[in-house]
Amino acid sequence: MTTRAFGEPIRRREDPRLVRGEGRYLDDLGQGAYEAAFLRSPHASARILDIDASRAIGLDGLIGIYTYEDLEDRMAEALPLLIPHPNLTAGRTGYPLAKEFVRHVGEAIVMVVAVNRYVAEDAVGLIDVSYEMLPPVVGIDAARKAEHLVHADAPGNVAAHMIQQVGDAPAAIAHAKHKISLDLEIERSASTPLEGRGVYAVWDSDAGEMRLWSSTQTSTGVRAAVAAKLNLPLQKVECTAPDVGGGFGVKIMHPWPEEVLIPWAARILDHDVKWTEDRREHFISSAHERGQLHHVEVGFDDDGRIIGLDVTFFHDNGSYTPYGIIVPIITSTQLLGPYKPGSYRVEFMSLYTNTVIVTPYRGAGRPQGVFVMERTLDAIADYLGLGRDTVRSTNFIQPEEMPYDHHLTFQDGRPLIYDSGNYPASLSMLKEMIGWEEFKEFQSQARAEGRRVGIGMACYVEGTGVGPYEGGFVQVETTGRVNVSTGLTSQGQGHQTAFAQIVAEELGVPIEDVFVTTGDTRRFAYAVGTFASRAAVMSGNAIAMAARSVREKALRIAGDALECDPRDLEIVDGVVQVKGDPSHCIPLKTIAVLSNPLRYAFDESAKAATQFAVGDTSKPPIGEGEEPGLESRDYFSPMQSTFASGMHAAIVETDPETAEIKILRYVVVHDCGRLINPMIVEGQIHGGVAQGVGGALYERMEYDSSGQLLNASFMDFLMPYATEVPFIETGHLETPSPLNPLGIKGAGEAGVIPVSALLASAIENAEGFNIRKMPISPSELWQLRADHKSGLIPSLRVKEIQV
Amino acid sequence: MSETLFDIQVLVNGMLRNGRVPARRLLSDFLRHDLQLTGTHVGCEHGVCGACTVLLNGKAVRACLLFAVSVDRQEIVTVEGLKNVDGTLGAVQQAFHECHGLQCGFCTPGFLTTVSAFLDENPHPTEEEAREAIAGNLCRCTGYQNIVKSVMRAAEIRSLAKS
Amino acid sequence: MKPAPFEYVHPTSREGVLAALAESGEDGKVLAGGQSLIPLLSMRLASPKILVDINQVPEFSSLKVTPSHVEIGATVRHEELLNSVEARKAVPLLAQALSYVAHPVIRNRGTCVGSIAHADPSGELTAVLSLLDGVVTVESRRGSREVNGVDFFVGPLESAIKPGEVATRVSFARLPSQMGTSCTEVARRHGDYALVGVCVAILLTDEELVDRARIALFSVGPTPIVIDVSEMLRGSRSDCQRWQDAARFIASSVEPETDIHASAAYRRNLVEVLSNKGLKDAYESALKRMREGQ
Repeated sequence: MTTRAFGEPIRRREDPRLVRGEGRYLDDLGQGAYEAAFLRSPHASARILDIDASRAIGLDGLIGIYTYEDLEDRMAEALPLLIPHPNLTAGRTGYPLAKEFVRHVGEAIVMVVAVNRYVAEDAVGLIDVSYEMLPPVVGIDAARKAEHLVHADAPGNVAAHMIQQVGDAPAAIAHAKHKISLDLEIERSASTPLEGRGVYAVWDSDAGEMRLWSSTQTSTGVRAAVAAKLNLPLQKVECTAPDVGGGFGVKIMHPWPEEVLIPWAARILDHDVKWTEDRREHFISSAHERGQLHHVEVGFDDDGRIIGLDVTFFHDNGSYTPYGIIVPIITSTQLLGPYKPGSYRVEFMSLYTNTVIVTPYRGAGRPQGVFVMERTLDAIADYLGLGRDTVRSTNFIQPEEMPYDHHLTFQDGRPLIYDSGNYPASLSMLKEMIGWEEFKEFQSQARAEGRRVGIGMACYVEGTGVGPYEGGFVQVETTGRVNVSTGLTSQGQGHQTAFAQIVAEELGVPIEDVFVTTGDTRRFAYAVGTFASRAAVMSGNAIAMAARSVREKALRIAGDALECDPRDLEIVDGVVQVKGDPSHCIPLKTIAVLSNPLRYAFDESAKAATQFAVGDTSKPPIGEGEEPGLESRDYFSPMQSTFASGMHAAIVETDPETAEIKILRYVVVHDCGRLINPMIVEGQIHGGVAQGVGGALYERMEYDSSGQLLNASFMDFLMPYATEVPFIETGHLETPSPLNPLGIKGAGEAGVIPVSALLASAIENAEGFNIRKMPISPSELWQLRADHKSGLIPSLRVKEIQV
Repeated sequence: MSETLFDIQVLVNGMLRNGRVPARRLLSDFLRHDLQLTGTHVGCEHGVCGACTVLLNGKAVRACLLFAVSVDRQEIVTVEGLKNVDGTLGAVQQAFHECHGLQCGFCTPGFLTTVSAFLDENPHPTEEEAREAIAGNLCRCTGYQNIVKSVMRAAEIRSLAKS
Repeated sequence: MKPAPFEYVHPTSREGVLAALAESGEDGKVLAGGQSLIPLLSMRLASPKILVDINQVPEFSSLKVTPSHVEIGATVRHEELLNSVEARKAVPLLAQALSYVAHPVIRNRGTCVGSIAHADPSGELTAVLSLLDGVVTVESRRGSREVNGVDFFVGPLESAIKPGEVATRVSFARLPSQMGTSCTEVARRHGDYALVGVCVAILLTDEELVDRARIALFSVGPTPIVIDVSEMLRGSRSDCQRWQDAARFIASSVEPETDIHASAAYRRNLVEVLSNKGLKDAYESALKRMREGQ
């Protein structure tokens, strides 16, 4: 009897291997490869005058030293601008090795290849580079002032300027009964997976083929970029993502300079070459995100209904824009959340600074957008003396208004139309779980004891499952083994389990027989990548579709073999049988045999498909439009994204003397449509919340005015340990997506999105004054208290803290 | 001019292993590249993340903060050595699997060795003690909640095995 | 992040260590626990030519609790000292401070003498040495000398140890039964270096009134700062205004710095808050010790 697979908290197929220490991460591969290290710019802005490697020559174990001068052909061109956009009028990318200018501390100038990393680093230490120092631009203020330029040909340090609007927000605000303005800031942070980047390349000079591994979120992307840069036919390059120790967005960016340089070196040297970055390199040469400064004008009525919302913000995109302006576009559109402001205008400037590039980090601009919207709603609530829940309810899009068209363009270039969601129901569940109504009493009691406690909430909507497409391949072998592959990648999301669950359910086979491969261009060559909470939606559906095609073919062949109508057949535990008469059956593996007419029987079971065994000579062995094998390849390419949503609430306590911040309770209500594996989804939420807590209370990139990253290590970039992350209570709601066969929505980023907004709200409630900038440390909270006490910042208008 | 090499002998997961290494070879690199025991992972090389944690003479230590030459004639257990004698998953490994205590798996070996040593000293921890015991290891995927659960479950499995 | 090459010796005797250090002079560096040193080597912030590994000298691993002292050898690990019931009874401040040092895994390898020799002004044990006036035995081939806690710390990460010398032991006198201690700090995350930390020692009279009170502050200056507030608190119990005044006075005596984790003003505030708490905790601890006849 087949047990249900879809929707079950099935233990992960990935685990046994990983807990045994048998994972194969990038640095585990290529034990005999040469290793690379890089001389990276110690300056934020400089012109390279001279590179002198003479002291390094002759070092025992040194293989080669390379600079921009050694790059030829397409390798000497700038790296690709991945996502062009009409508003990205001054997009700029760097070179694999710095050509003349370096624009951030960490930019690669020289590549050294040696017999091992130790020697490579020794050689790097012996290379002398002389620079002409240039004045660096650090921070949004400096970028805006534009006393100095990061790129001489990008005036005002502006990479892009974009406005989207619906209705006439400024006019609406001018005529609104009430209006307020706010300034809000989120500081720069980063994905920081436990495993950094890495690339391993093997060049087969006989065949002229490049075999490449990268710790990437898009093996198809890397493959295409490497083929282009090395002038190789796509056919001659294969790329695999091995086990990857976390990505969280930073590994969707590609090609990193190293991703093209390492295979290039492997070809030149005709020897395996590998590069694994160290932690410092990850801090100063991968990517950051989050840094934005926002100004809000909002007009509303007596009920707190938003009549007009006008947001202007500045996005710090670092020194180059290879990933385009996806992050600020996401902020612009996802800022709206589950609400319907009467009219909306959003304008942003994406600015260059002499710092590390900015590409998406889990949430990808949504945390900033949610921060803006949620803080604005809290401010409205405070202004009117209304409950923060009430103001949100008033502005909600109602379930009966779905699908809801915002008349804006989303990050996939398609209309921003919410497909489904029930925000009032989520809010209800949230309030009950956290004890929203009861909190006021608890807060009074706590105050009487001299304690400071506060409660907050924050809501978000997340467009998931962006296109253009993903594909799925499902194949039943003659042994009964089911092979599944998809081109996107995995970094711990449990795809090998979740996708197997889908196939087990669709095909009626035991899950133990299903084996999933992801991220290997040899197994599936057409794909986009894993990001934007899209893998389950995109590949999950494509795989389901492929499984359904296989099922249909299997039933058809079985119908012929059993001489009955395919509609009377079902598949149970890998056996096709007549419904209600299990003795009349044929195993799926036999169908696999029959699906491929053979001349040669390679084993006993295969005999059944050989030419003299198969009877019917009235038609060709392979019919018109058919293919051999019990397999199918299908693609899922939706019209638009599907919109998941969630709401978080928390109770915090701040120490009256030390201003330390403690999270007493943390509740998540989450809606991502149907769940393939609830255990995996919940795990994703926990991880997201932990990153959110990190981003709200601990993590920021500390650049000094000369562009030096002061905290480029785990000692000073404070990622939370177990003692800093609260226990997370989760509630689920399911509003299925009408946009895909499985009815699912994405879940990967959900946990992180509203956390800064939420904790700002809760701390504000505890303290009685506005929190407008995150992250916040005890030292900063203490300073705000002092400023509040001395009258520099006002109290919340509502003296009687309204819940 | 090449570096002086030192001959070392280390008992790793119960097997005597020989090595010929320069003094500066970190234990983490020795295990991973000289002995091909790639289960021990490197996340930071400054002792903070804990992914490289192994057991030295039964005590949990950071392999990235030790030189291979310093553990000559001593005993190391890595994640590969945590399985049962019959090859099945050890209690801690089994618990992590049951409780979804891992996602990408990169930090996991460091947690497994840390937890293993912790439960040796403290076989019946409270949840608070369990959370504190793992508070020196970084995980970016799980938010730690299921890891705490895994510790408690591991204690339970060990307990059941004893009785 | 790999260290630069270095020469390496691992003597198995005290004489061997001293000889190696004498030969290497300025080029030599002692490797004990390595928890502070090895990250510096890996980041290439330090590249000593010769590393003298002292972990294989058996007598250095000796932890002795005598009727008068706790004597800690050069390679005694933090965790061992933390777990020593006898040491805790004799000098409770050691265990109190050690519970804040990093995490158990670091403590399994890091050494007390090594921590002290490292002279980090954010280190808990540097404060303990200063407060209790522990004695560090510094040896070289030329002989052995004893350095008092008050003279040991010269500057941030700079101790009185000269090239060619090694700290082989630190010794703390057993606390009088009427003395109580406390250690308390505020850090950003569990196990991190303190933003501000205090160690306090209070000696009571037979009538359970304060006779002497001293406080050592860490993370607020280039070396631990020891302040004697005996005059301010003599003859009192912990529940009076003088104690708050003392905490305020202590806060006004320090000049903390601003860094990426905390402002100077906030640190000063923490000094006052933690001094208040530390003094009270030490007082309670003294009462407890007295009443239990420790």
